[in-house]
Amino acid sequence: MSDTLQWAIFFALGCYVLGMMLTLRRLLQGPSAQDRIQALDYLYILGMLVVLVLGLRYSSDMYFEVALLIALFGFVSSSALAKFLLRGEVIE
Amino acid sequence: MTAPELVPYWVEWLAALLLVASGVMALTGAVGLVRLKNFFQRMHPPALGATLATWCACGASLAYFSALRGGPVVQPWLVVILLCITVPITTILLARTALFRQRAAGDGAPPALSQAPDGRRVDETGRAVGDAGADLP
Repeated sequence: MSDTLQWAIFFALGCYVLGMMLTLRRLLQGPSAQDRIQALDYLYILGMLVVLVLGLRYSSDMYFEVALLIALFGFVSSSALAKFLLRGEVIE
Repeated sequence: MTAPELVPYWVEWLAALLLVASGVMALTGAVGLVRLKNFFQRMHPPALGATLATWCACGASLAYFSALRGGPVVQPWLVVILLCITVPITTILLARTALFRQRAAGDGAPPALSQAPDGRRVDETGRAVGDAGADLP
């Protein structure tokens, strides 16, 4: 792996972590519940991106499954939370 | 590095370029999520992370692993396709939630336009709103 790709991987990881910190700020300060759900959803996506890039960093196929699972759990959790806010229960 | 150079130089450059683009897009989405003023404006920046940032990262993985394995690799497409299916659903649910809650709080959200099959106006939860049924025969 060339130095260029190493540098790009660290740059991308740094961007993701910085984005996670900003998103965490939105998650903590709200102001409403739907803002927090959306911030959580974006945190899931950024976490999935971190795992994807780590898979590139370590040249391993296993990370794709992890990224897929994180994306799936992010979808399930944020849609369940949104549904709960909408109707007061998740499964009717 | 001690590992032998298996991947062509231009593939590594392509992957590096896509990764940098992906990082910038994801960061832009996060900055927008913090800086925009109300919820309906803030719905838009995360879409940047879910689409362009993910596509760029998956494109980088696709290029690098295809060159490394010497054949096409399909796993990155699964991530892209899964996000294409799930992200709009989450977005629609969140938008309906925000509309419903802001309307319930009297926060100046636009009135409900959805109709039940019998013509009554209903809100996001399916309950009838106001006296919309009054003008029915």
